[in-house]
This record gives sequence, C-alpha cells and structure tokens, in this order.
Amino acid sequence: MRHGQYRFIVGFLVLPLALYAIFVISPFVQAFYYSLTNWTGVSPQFDFIGLQNFQTLTQDSLFLRAVRNNLVLLVGMPLTVILLALFYAFLLNVGGAGSGVGVRGVRGSGFYKLAFFIPQVLSVPVIAVIWAVMLDPTPTGLVNSAARRVGFGGSGWLADPNLALYCVLWVLVWGSVGFYLVLFNAAMSSIPRDIYEAAVIDGAGRVATFFRVTVPLLWDTIQTSWVYLAILALDVYALVAVMTPGPGGPANATQVISLQIAQNGFQFGRAGYASAMGVVLFFFTLIIAAIMLRATRRQRIEY
Amino acid sequence: MAVTTRTDDAGTPTATPPRQAGDGRRAGRAGDAGVNVLSHVVLIGWSVMVLVPFAWALLASVKTSGEIFGSPWSLPESFQWSNFASAWDKGVGQYLLNSVIVVTGGVVLTMLLGSMAAYVLARYRFPGNRFVFYLFAAGMMFPVFLAIVPLFFVVQNLGMLSTYQGLILVYVAYSLPFTVFFMHAFFKTLPTSVAEAAFMDGCSHAGVFFRVMLPMAKPGLLSIGIFNVIGQFNQFVLPQFLSPEKPVLAQGIATLLASQRYEGDWGALFAALTIAMVPVVVVYLLFYRQVQAGLTSGTLK
Repeated sequence: MRHGQYRFIVGFLVLPLALYAIFVISPFVQAFYYSLTNWTGVSPQFDFIGLQNFQTLTQDSLFLRAVRNNLVLLVGMPLTVILLALFYAFLLNVGGAGSGVGVRGVRGSGFYKLAFFIPQVLSVPVIAVIWAVMLDPTPTGLVNSAARRVGFGGSGWLADPNLALYCVLWVLVWGSVGFYLVLFNAAMSSIPRDIYEAAVIDGAGRVATFFRVTVPLLWDTIQTSWVYLAILALDVYALVAVMTPGPGGPANATQVISLQIAQNGFQFGRAGYASAMGVVLFFFTLIIAAIMLRATRRQRIEY
Repeated sequence: MAVTTRTDDAGTPTATPPRQAGDGRRAGRAGDAGVNVLSHVVLIGWSVMVLVPFAWALLASVKTSGEIFGSPWSLPESFQWSNFASAWDKGVGQYLLNSVIVVTGGVVLTMLLGSMAAYVLARYRFPGNRFVFYLFAAGMMFPVFLAIVPLFFVVQNLGMLSTYQGLILVYVAYSLPFTVFFMHAFFKTLPTSVAEAAFMDGCSHAGVFFRVMLPMAKPGLLSIGIFNVIGQFNQFVLPQFLSPEKPVLAQGIATLLASQRYEGDWGALFAALTIAMVPVVVVYLLFYRQVQAGLTSGTLK
C-alpha cells in the first residue's frame, strides 16, 4: 500500500514538475547566470565578466530613463487604482438609499461590478489599440473632438513627450480599477454586519464608518493589492509595446525596463546584458514587496 | 439590520424620538438621498468611461477609415461589413485558429496537470510536499521578464519556436502556479469520507482521483478553467517572443495596428478587434460570477 502510494505521488507530480522546471524555473535560474556573462545570444561562446553588466547599467542613460518611468508608474498607478477602487466600493456598499449606515448597497451594484470589470477580461493589445486610436493627436480624434466640444483645447496625448507616460498610466488605471473594485467589494461583504450595527448604534455616520471600520478591516486586502499592482507597474510591457510610438517613444518618454530587456535581448544581441536588467527588475520586485509588507503591516484583525 | 431600517422608515412617528434627534434624522435622510443620487452619478460616470471605448470600437468596425478619424462620434453613413472580410484577408482567420488550437491544448493540459499536482499536494503527506507547493506558489510572484531571454533559448534548443506544441507547453508551465494554488485550496475543502469509502471498495489512488475527487471538484475546475481560457487567449508576451511566425490573435491585433499606420485600413483593424473581443465578452457575460470569483480569489488569500 505504502509503496503504491509513493508511486502514485511521483506519477502525478512528475509531469507538472518537469514542465515547470524546464520552462519556468530553469530560465529564471539561467537569467542570474547569464547576467554575469557577455553572452550575445547568438554565439555559443561567452565569457564570465562578473558584475560588469551591472556597472554598465548604472551608466546606461536609456536604462535609467526606463527605471525612472517605471518608478513613476510604480508610485502613481497603485495609489490611484486603490483610491478609486476603494471609493467606488464605498459608494457601492454605503451609497444606498435609506438610513442604514454602511449596510445598504446601491441598487444595481451587480451591473456596476459587471461593467467595471470588463477591461480585465480583454487582452492588453485590444485595449492598447482602442486607446491609441481614441487618443489620436489630430483635432478630429475621438478624445480631442470631445474635449473641444466642452471647451478644452486638443492635445497630442501619446505623441506629446510630456503627456505620453501619463496616458500610459491612465490606461493602466482605467483597466485595473474594476478588478480591485470587485476584490474590495468581496472583502467588504465578508465583514460581519453586527460590526456595522454597533457602529451605527454608536452614532457613526457613513464616512466615519468607512474610515474607522471598513478600511481597517480591509487592510490585509489593500496591502496585498498594493504588492500586486506594484508588480504590474514594474512588469508593464504589452501596453507600452503596442500603444506608444516607437515603442517607448516619443523621445523615450515611455521607455520601460521590460522594453529595454526585449530590445537588448532580441534585437541588439546582448542577452547577458538583458539578463542583468532582468535581475535588477527581480530585485526591485523583491524590495518593493518587502517594503510594502513591512511598512504597511498592522495588527491583523480576526473576525 | 434590515428590520431596524424598515421600522425606521415607516415608524418614525410612533417611535417619537426627542425633537432634536428627529430633526437630525430628517436632515440625515435628505442627506442619504443626496448621497444615493451622487453615488449613482459617479458610478454611472465610470461605467460610461469603461463602456464607451468598447462600444466605440464595435461601431468603428463598420465605419470607413475616414469616418473613424474624421467624425469619430457619429454613426456610419452605411455599414461597412466588408471590413470583416478584409480583416479576414489580413490573416485574422489564421490568427484566430492559432489561438483556438493553442488555448484548447493549453487549457486541457493545464487543468489536467494542475489538478493532479494540486490534489497530491493537498491530500498526501510526503517529504518535500511543502517545498514543492511553495515552488509552485513562488511562480506567481516572479516577473516574466526576468525569464524571457533564457526562455527563448530553452524553447529554441527544443526546436519549438513558432510551434503549437511549444506554445502549449509554455502556456501550461506558466499557468500551473495559479492553477495549483487555487485547486490546492479547493481540494483541501472537499470532505475525506467519500474518498475513504472509495478506497474501501478497492479503488486505486488514481481511480479515486479521476472518478471521485475530480467530479466533486467541478465548481473549482469551472472557475479556474474559465480563468485559464481567458488568460491564455489574452496571452501576448509569451507568444510575442516565442512564436513570431505563428502569431496568435493578440499578437495579430498588435501587428495589424502597426501595419495600419502605413496601410490606413482602420476599419479592418477594428473588425479584427471585434473578432477578438466578442468571444471573450460573451464568455465573461455567461460566467461572470465564476470569472470574478476565479480572478479575485488568488489575491484575496
């Protein structure tokens, strides 16, 4: 029996583990190794050059530009998404008619959740194409003509080096809010009602209930969301690659790390150097996850 | 609480609260109505912001290029159904076929291998169990771009660049972490008694899995299955680098955008976009509870 059991365990694990090892783990490990070499990706020969790639990285103005842009997204995107999603979840949950504070949701909340979530199920290229065309810089572009009708001047949007990165930021936010709204909403509806009743009896209004009861109870979820959004902001590729001119333009205004990795690794024949960028990206991810989980740690509330 | 609210609404006179409190309550109710209306205004505002781009893209698929850019807000003079034909001529049919083949193979294999691994990890104790589980779980956190350059060469060395089997295997490998994580939690919650009864009747370990546990796990399989269908159908980064010569639909869309900057057949581009959007949106509308539950459950824990 026991023997048969081990055979069964091995039999069930061997295929999934083998695939995972070949296509996921081994490339991750190799990336660390190649980051210490001058491998071109073409020739089978390469030298071990220590940390030289990383030294070069600190002088690479294009890469530094990409890092700076990623940092802008990293700061702006999670903050905006979480605030908007929390705000909408708040409205969904406590904006209802009637005097039950924090208890009644608005009518039609099902529809709102259904609608807000849609960008999440569509592929990034689809979203990128739609926004690229809507933000057409000519005066007759969709957004420009709408802006003109309400009295604003047009803009170059993605063609404007000062605005392009914020357009990318906006599309990221636009696409992510629905997911986090649904997430926060699910977490909110698992908060027991008697906590709200107690708050009402104590005379707390909608706003006080939200900030003093709901947000502290959601803290765990908010924290996790922050880490996920940060990873998303660091790993952004498809949106920039499809939507921006160049890609990464205009004038490298939307250059990001992933784009640099793809260019160096596949176009410039600098696979080792690109791997070093990947390692930097990895450590950014690690550091940010650690900081977020540490800095925002609070007493976990069980209910 | 609902009861309290109702008596509150109907029975304020009989409750005869002190006058001041009553005044406060009346003001509060007016405020409530205001908050309610304002909530709807804001929520409808964002819904419009989300839905208008998609509606506009659908409409653009039957407009001429001149109309898309010249009069973006107006309805087309006549419906240009030929846009769909020219999108098809530009290879959208082939891209769609590639996507369907890869996603079908990818999802079937992901579900099979993922639930096998999850089941063993959730239900059997053996040395290294935790390690294997965390190895899978860690895959959810790593940035794909760390691996993409070496991954390209791994797939190249296997002679699998731009092949269906190459993409399928890579999709499966990158879908395993979340699938294992999700199904692991699901198998943990299933009762042990049914499996024990099956063992008593002489069923083998594999037999219990395929005949007892897998059927019991159907709700979980449905959720994660739909999640994988949507996720793999929308995959762009992996095929972009690993399958340049056999593009899937998401890649095809990106390529079409790039070529329309020269060709200028924007109607065809939006027809292609519609072909890419409609199946996913239909699946989403049919299963949106499972989709939302599946997508958010990984983050909630």
